[in-house]
Amino acid sequence: MAKELLVVGAGTGGLMLSNQVARQLAREIARGEVRVTLLGDRDEYLYQPGLLYIPFGRVQLQDLIRPVRDLLVPGVTFLHDRAERIDPETRTVTTRGGRRLTYDYLVLATGSHVDVAQVPGLAEGGHWFYTVDGALRLRETLARFSGGRVVIAAGLPYKCPVAPLEFTFLLDEWTRERGIRDKTEIVYAFPLGRAHSIESVADWAAAEFEKRGIRLETFFNLESVDPVKQEVTSLEGTTLGYDLLVVIPPHRGDTLARDSGLTGGDTWIPTDRHTLQVGRYDNIFAIGDATGLPVSKAGSVAHFQAEVLAANLVSLLTGGSPSHRYNGKAFCFIETGLDRATYITFDYTHPPQVTPPTRWVHLLKQAYNRIHWLNLKAVL
Amino acid sequence: MADKVIDARGSFCPGPMMELIRAVKEAKVGETIAVLSTDSGSKRDIPLWVQKAGHELVGVIEHKGYDEIVVRKLR
Repeated sequence: MAKELLVVGAGTGGLMLSNQVARQLAREIARGEVRVTLLGDRDEYLYQPGLLYIPFGRVQLQDLIRPVRDLLVPGVTFLHDRAERIDPETRTVTTRGGRRLTYDYLVLATGSHVDVAQVPGLAEGGHWFYTVDGALRLRETLARFSGGRVVIAAGLPYKCPVAPLEFTFLLDEWTRERGIRDKTEIVYAFPLGRAHSIESVADWAAAEFEKRGIRLETFFNLESVDPVKQEVTSLEGTTLGYDLLVVIPPHRGDTLARDSGLTGGDTWIPTDRHTLQVGRYDNIFAIGDATGLPVSKAGSVAHFQAEVLAANLVSLLTGGSPSHRYNGKAFCFIETGLDRATYITFDYTHPPQVTPPTRWVHLLKQAYNRIHWLNLKAVL
Repeated sequence: MADKVIDARGSFCPGPMMELIRAVKEAKVGETIAVLSTDSGSKRDIPLWVQKAGHELVGVIEHKGYDEIVVRKLR
């Protein structure tokens, strides 16, 4: 009997994990000893970090999307279907298409997505760039924008914690390029008492804000929007008027794990911070945005977790024991304008430090945006 | 014992306070949430947010190598 690895979710984590295991176990797969199946409810992959550039016309949408099947290495079987229920006792996953898939090991890489409806009035009164439709709509609005007060705010939790900062810096430079910066007030409203959760990033950002004339509003957790009055209110009770509101909407996880009784009632999956095991099940794991771990919801985290878990699954699928542990590693580029960038890296025990932004890091980020596809295929 | 415990030890980004805010949003009024943090700034920053947001700081307990900050949702 072949050992079955079933991966649910064809985003960054699911693709990297499936491809890494299939590359390392190519012989076992060819001999029929191991099967790797990737189940995804979308057959196209979207490179989400690229959405940041869409509102400013710096990237074309078609450059961010590829068919999932083009991103798989030989040995991975892709099923375009939606997982509806997991039964850990019988080790089966049932799908919307009527499939009943059995597994020896199951990986949940079901991601996270924006939940605009959580914020009353947001759909009518605000913009966001975290979805294709939202980014395109914001591009249209910005093209007509001739000045006024722009408020940038965020609802918790959200993926890519540096995105609101990056958007703010890009907007600042974009309005300067168009000669409307003097008619534009930029207000950066952030959930914490400073501009970012990481103190060194926050200190650096505050100095940049001072230089660029950006107003910082602290302790602002997005609660509601009044689209008629054009006002946004925080759960702390502060109300800001706006001409253009750009938010990072709060996120939620996929409902699969919750509906299968694997979570405590919310949509984030309880996951061991080192082994990535889900709850008490030693054959179910979670990676990427889907976990309830206190790490950044970011592609790099999914990548580093996929590496650790792939190594452990290769052992398990060939009769060994898992020995690799995830250490909380994350890596994030930070675009600080249209031609400069910096980066941070950290793990559970090493705090991040920011280095001064340079053009070289920006070029590296732009280069990465183009070679990400190789990373998904476990070539890098 | 708090109604919910968030182990945010080793979390730099999003960090313990963002994890706490997210949990408070999801909690029912009257529930208590404990956040475990290795970030020495948490016991300074979290009470500021709790006051601003109108919740109650139940206590700050110092353990070996980390702090436990307990908050009750009031509204």
